[in-house]
Amino acid sequence: MMSRRLRNRLLLSASVVVLSLYLLFGPFRVRDASGQVSLRAVASNFTLRQLKQNLANNIKLGLDLKGGSHLILQVQTDDAVRAVTDGNAEKARAVLQEVKIKFKNVTAPAPGRIEVDLEDSANIEETKSRLTTDFGPGWTARNEGTKVIFEMRDEEKAEIRERAVEQAMHVIETRINAFGVAEPTIQRHGPPQSYQILLQLPGVDDPERVKNLIRAESRLELKLVDSGPYPTEEAARQALGGTVPPDKQILPSRERRREPGAPAIQYYVVEKVSVITGNDLRNAQAVPSQTGGSIYEILFSLRPSGAERFGTVTSANVGKNLAIVLNDEIKSAPVIKEAITGGEGRIEGDFTKEEAEDLALTLRSGALPARVTYLEERTVGPSLGADSIRQGFAASIGGLAAIVLFMLFYYRLSGINAVICLILNLLLLLAAMRVFGAVLTLPGIAGVALTIGMAVDANVLIFERIREELRAGKVPASAVALGFERAFTAIFDSNLTTIIAALFLFVFGTGPIRGFAVTLTAGLVANLFTAVFVSRTLFLWVLERRTERMETLSI
Amino acid sequence: MYELIKNPNVDWIGLKRYFILFSVVLLAIGGASAAWRGFSLGIDFSGGTLVNIKFKGTPPPEDQIREALGQQGIDIGKVIIQPISDPLAGIRNEVLIRLPQREAAGGAAESELDVEKRAILAALARFNDPAAVASRKIDLNTVSRDRLREALLQFDPLGLVASSGRTAADAEYGKYAAAIVTYRDQQKGGLIGDLSDLKAVADLPPKLVDALAEHFFAGNAAMISAEIVGPQVGQQLRQRAIYVTLASLVGVLIYIAFRFEWIYGVAAVVAVFHDVLVTLGIFSLLQEEISLNVVAALLTLIGYSVNDTIVIFDRVRENLRLRRREDLTKIVNDSINQTLSRTILTSGLTFLAVLALYLFGGEVLRGFSLVLVIGIIVGSYSTLAIASPVMLWWQAWRARRAARRRVVGPAAAAKAATQKEKERKVTVSR
Repeated sequence: MMSRRLRNRLLLSASVVVLSLYLLFGPFRVRDASGQVSLRAVASNFTLRQLKQNLANNIKLGLDLKGGSHLILQVQTDDAVRAVTDGNAEKARAVLQEVKIKFKNVTAPAPGRIEVDLEDSANIEETKSRLTTDFGPGWTARNEGTKVIFEMRDEEKAEIRERAVEQAMHVIETRINAFGVAEPTIQRHGPPQSYQILLQLPGVDDPERVKNLIRAESRLELKLVDSGPYPTEEAARQALGGTVPPDKQILPSRERRREPGAPAIQYYVVEKVSVITGNDLRNAQAVPSQTGGSIYEILFSLRPSGAERFGTVTSANVGKNLAIVLNDEIKSAPVIKEAITGGEGRIEGDFTKEEAEDLALTLRSGALPARVTYLEERTVGPSLGADSIRQGFAASIGGLAAIVLFMLFYYRLSGINAVICLILNLLLLLAAMRVFGAVLTLPGIAGVALTIGMAVDANVLIFERIREELRAGKVPASAVALGFERAFTAIFDSNLTTIIAALFLFVFGTGPIRGFAVTLTAGLVANLFTAVFVSRTLFLWVLERRTERMETLSI
Repeated sequence: MYELIKNPNVDWIGLKRYFILFSVVLLAIGGASAAWRGFSLGIDFSGGTLVNIKFKGTPPPEDQIREALGQQGIDIGKVIIQPISDPLAGIRNEVLIRLPQREAAGGAAESELDVEKRAILAALARFNDPAAVASRKIDLNTVSRDRLREALLQFDPLGLVASSGRTAADAEYGKYAAAIVTYRDQQKGGLIGDLSDLKAVADLPPKLVDALAEHFFAGNAAMISAEIVGPQVGQQLRQRAIYVTLASLVGVLIYIAFRFEWIYGVAAVVAVFHDVLVTLGIFSLLQEEISLNVVAALLTLIGYSVNDTIVIFDRVRENLRLRRREDLTKIVNDSINQTLSRTILTSGLTFLAVLALYLFGGEVLRGFSLVLVIGIIVGSYSTLAIASPVMLWWQAWRARRAARRRVVGPAAAAKAATQKEKERKVTVSR
């Protein structure tokens, strides 16, 4: 007869084991291909191949083990502040012209700073109040002589920067997803106000293309051509009378279909204000060029408001050229033959399929709000990952084997108990990692090795204590009880302090170190359960199975 | 039952003079080395580029690699080239190329983070068959899966585009590209020896393998891994590492103080701090590289060493409860001796596990496991030799202070006596 206490203990231990096994090797199917519940389907789960497959699905490997790229990006948030500042400076000019306040100059000498230099000081107060309402509460104004100086508040700057990072993450995510990377990680990185993004790309061993895709700017603008083309920038300026008026600009063009003998780069004078910008874009896709060959072009469509403006402008300017400007470079400048009301257009250029697809993608995902630079890049080829796994596991198994042999030799039958606990510990550790969605990294494997060490420690502590009690003349049953009781505080305290150290690793660590911390913590928690609870249950079981009072204990 | 040591009776506390002398010497040597030679910081902390290159056969001599790098505009005076050898597997035909952070660490350098990596990769082309390189064939050993798929689709060696259309051909070539790359990375350690080796891949049609040679070749070298750390990150990581180490020490201190007493916590932390300093000193002496992984290992060492100390303190606590009137020094000595066989067993077994990691764990884990190998020895030693003396010294100091108060006057003496009794109780009741 088994006591109820022992039965409950065994039941709990067994259910934890079964649950762990399920977590590691499940989920299991009960239906076959035709949707029928069948024994055959259940049996099919237990082929070695299927179990291996499930295990591989359940335990996620870190980049250092399966290969891939890890990038840390810095968002140059100054760009975003600069863009807002420039926008407001533009607005200031327009407003002042509208209310007929004469000014010498509106400049933005630094991000977050606008200086309005007025003709005379009479209009200072009006300028101040008008523009402050226009700029919004994020700006302060003060005057110096005939100058009114606007400065952006720090909170406003912080908010713009924060938004820029969020938006950059969104844009990058869209671009990466379209690239077809399985399970990329995109998250904020570093301390607050560092404006960094962590990007992990499993399986990508050639981060160049991804980086180009992220770095790629995609500012699309459609602008009316004033005159051109000119062979040099200087010639374009001459045509304008030597200086470029504020509402015009000179842009280079690398058009594909040119007359033979024309220079590689030509210049156009275009209107500064765009007819259409990337924000009006609804969709963009790469299509084979109508001219045939392996040349691709990009077909884009516009949102309703943009399409309407496009229709109006094209109908008013039939016969003129329209420049398709991408990142400040004219891709083509076709003649407007008729009003384009459908809201669709083409970007022709010397694109290969790959280029055209990447470009269409960057157009679709919108422009990055600020430039990004790279702070860190780590790429692990899959072959190194495979090597590392082999070595890491060999080391762990080697260590484990040595320990198992020693425990069996030193503690004899009780050693079996310790070995069961060790194996169970590993099982629980992996199951816990599955539950927490933790990633197994190379230092994580080291964490496993260390967990083995700590688990052995717990067993040794208990066994040595039991031996002591036996030496002091206690009968086995009470020696076991006392041994566990007395060793418990030491095991508990030592495991918990290590968990505390691991918690700090987790909170402040990065990448592989975090993986290590998770593995270690999971292992130690598992250890508390196996070494203290399961091991004792096994002892109780052995002791109870002997009906006559046991005189010796194999330890 | 087998026993390692029968009834040990060592006067640990009596030996404290020698232990402390030994530790001071150890710390002084380490400190001198750190002051004089400093630490060899890995690129995690110093910034720079580290590329691991695998060659098909024996790597070319170092000066040839240097020359090739120089031609790509790399300052060869600063390059460190280090062959990877595995104590068990022997030579692995791998070479680590390391470049320190560039001088110009401004915005320009940040945006061009991977210039050196690309230069190193470009330099490798020199070790390939010149004819193959000149013919603009694609190197199957460095190509990524996507590029291979695209190249196969473009060259269409099986004529699939014509027979089944572009989309179907794309999918089909995608499968072949995956099979080739998987074979290369999983079976061949990253390098295909010869194109005809691909005949061993079951999923590839023989016709494809025959046609490959027209547009592809198997190059002699490939990148296995690359790490590039910019100056900003290097600094961040450095600060963080110190911060994490100190923070976890404080966490440990608070926990032990809460579970035991301040004295025990401080003693344990002093011992652990000693371990960290000694280990760092040894790293400086050996000029072993300190990386993020090494810092993680140091933190583990903290956990491990505290673990050891706690086991002994736990025993002291228990013995204090049983033997109220005995001398504390005797109790501590007995406690250490009673747990000695456990300490040796556990440290020994963990040492085995960590040694296995050091020997078999490969290049990536070397620094990490070295810390643990050193740490387990130093940690066990400091538990025996540092933590207990510190704890005893503080207790004695407290007792002396109480005694001084007693001399002052009868009233004060009574107060001091109750104070002492209280202290005793605190220790006992826990």
